[in-house]
Amino acid sequence: MSAVLNIEGLAAAIAGKPILRGVDLAVPPGEIHAIMGPNGSGKSTLSYVLAGREDYEVTGGRAQYGERDLLAMEPEERAAAGLFLAFQAPIELPGVNNANFLRTAVNATRRARGEAELDAVAFLKAARAACKRLSMPDDMLKREVNVGFSGGEKKRNEVLQMALLQPRFAILDETDSGLDIDALRIVAEGVNALRAPDFSALIITHHQRLLDYIVPDHVHVMSAGRIIRSGGPELARQLEAQGYAQLIAEAA
Amino acid sequence: MNAIEPRRQDRPAAGLDAGAFLARFEAGGNASDTRRRDAAEQLRAEGFPRRRTEAWKYTDLAPLAQLGLATRRVADPLRLLERVDLGGTALAATPRLVFVNGVVDDALTRLPDGMALDCQDTRERLARPESQPMAALNLMLNERTMRLHVPPGRDCGRLVVVMLGEGGPAAEAAHAHPSLALHLGEGARLSLLEVAHGSGVYVNNPLLEVSLRPRAHLTHVLLQDEGPEALHFSTVYASVAAGASYDSFTLGLGASLARHEVHATLEGEDGEVQVNGAQWLGGSQQGDLTSVIAHRAPACRSRQTVKNVLDERAHAVFQGRIEVARIAQKTDGYQMNQALLLSERAAIDSKPELEIYADDVKCSHGATVGALDEEQLFYLRSRGVPQAQARAMLVRAFLSEGLALIDDEVLRGVLEAAVERRWEREAR
Repeated sequence: MSAVLNIEGLAAAIAGKPILRGVDLAVPPGEIHAIMGPNGSGKSTLSYVLAGREDYEVTGGRAQYGERDLLAMEPEERAAAGLFLAFQAPIELPGVNNANFLRTAVNATRRARGEAELDAVAFLKAARAACKRLSMPDDMLKREVNVGFSGGEKKRNEVLQMALLQPRFAILDETDSGLDIDALRIVAEGVNALRAPDFSALIITHHQRLLDYIVPDHVHVMSAGRIIRSGGPELARQLEAQGYAQLIAEAA
Repeated sequence: MNAIEPRRQDRPAAGLDAGAFLARFEAGGNASDTRRRDAAEQLRAEGFPRRRTEAWKYTDLAPLAQLGLATRRVADPLRLLERVDLGGTALAATPRLVFVNGVVDDALTRLPDGMALDCQDTRERLARPESQPMAALNLMLNERTMRLHVPPGRDCGRLVVVMLGEGGPAAEAAHAHPSLALHLGEGARLSLLEVAHGSGVYVNNPLLEVSLRPRAHLTHVLLQDEGPEALHFSTVYASVAAGASYDSFTLGLGASLARHEVHATLEGEDGEVQVNGAQWLGGSQQGDLTSVIAHRAPACRSRQTVKNVLDERAHAVFQGRIEVARIAQKTDGYQMNQALLLSERAAIDSKPELEIYADDVKCSHGATVGALDEEQLFYLRSRGVPQAQARAMLVRAFLSEGLALIDDEVLRGVLEAAVERRWEREAR
């Protein structure tokens, strides 16, 4: 079975400082993988490099997305090809209306895929339905993107974008951090609703708690810019009980 | 040690000889009018300021002096007017005053009911030609001053003033000096939209004098959408009595060289002025937004937010002075000037000045200059929005935060439509 995302020996640096030091990871279609690891291990850097942030310099290795060289694609091309990153710290866009932002994003992606654009009425209908499914108030659509949103609202807005963009591959970068248990459940439902044979996800998290709601096929542990251990869902429970120290010591 | 040399008197006329410039004109209108004569004499004596004059440090009037100005008749003003987009049907029936190369076109003008028009040039004037050469030039050359009076307590709704310019090549540039004086009686209200547009080489040099009696309210929106070869100098004098408010916004899109200058004076307690604006310049356009807000009474508010979007080699100037007299305790002043530089060759000169003589006031100001935010761009691109469209969205958002300051939504819509047209030009 060929992987939808296939990363080999990926190395990356920011401002000359190496962060990723040879990441190997393959995610087959339909699978959900979790990446856990201590702060500073490179989890968020991996998500940014996969999404195409330009201030990270790829210094080695490769990343294949389906048949394509992911690292050669512009960020918007990656999005059009179905890659979605839920940001750990979603960006505020003062003066940009959330509904306009969402519609622009949805239509840009549809256009790139050769699909017809949604008009304002059709879009609003879809957006309201998605809000309802995710237990979000409609007025979130009327506000400026992430401006004045609480931490939880920002995370839910990311999940709303994911629901509307219908990605083939989602990366959730600590989407669970700062969420109460109800919000956590909503985020998990957002991901689980997308589960399908042609949908994959990479879930970056500190805590096992989210993985109670989104049960992963595989769990990887990252440390010092590499994946040092992979296993099944039981690995997350083992980490929750024992911490990272022992694993890191074993890998060293 | 050298003895300090006595400073040589500044002689601005040496740079831009107004005598030679003015000799090209017959004294406009009624030459026996002392005010016209005084303005002409002053210009002859002092000339146009050079850049060593502090108020004109960043804007050079040399392009004005180089023009060969001619009086020009416009054959088909209606055709010119039809090119002006007045918000579709929203303002179709609104009263309007149309200037064509500075002269009121009676056929195109429709004055509002209940608003008195008075062309007597004998009343006291707010304009101070001694401090503003372009106002002096207007006073000298305007055809006549249109005086509109809104009676006390009356709400006259909206009024549209259209300034149309049509000039030839630079050797036969047209020049226009529209002059409008508005007097709002106690508690009166008016919403004024001014639109400036045209083609060819011309100088549009309007003067607006606003006198607001107690509790009167004027909304004033100026859309400067002059032709690309035009020079635009507009000067506003506003006198605001107790409890009255002057709420203004200017949007600068056109002209090769433009300066919008506002002198607003708070004369009575609890008055308010807003001198907001935005300009979006590209190519080698120059745009100058200059203002002096004088607090001369206690407990008044002034608000100023100015946004600049500058592309290519555009050059913007912001000069904003707030003067707080000793008597003006409890003044509440706010000023913010922001610039978005879309090109490495674009530039802004920003000069905020606070001159405060009272000791119990709240005055804050700030200025920001920067490029588009890389994180915001990446966020949009990561959602599939192509780079050019993402940049456009962020520029629109920056401008729309400025336009949102306009309360009158119909007038705000006219400016939003003008911004959209500019995008369409950009996209071509």
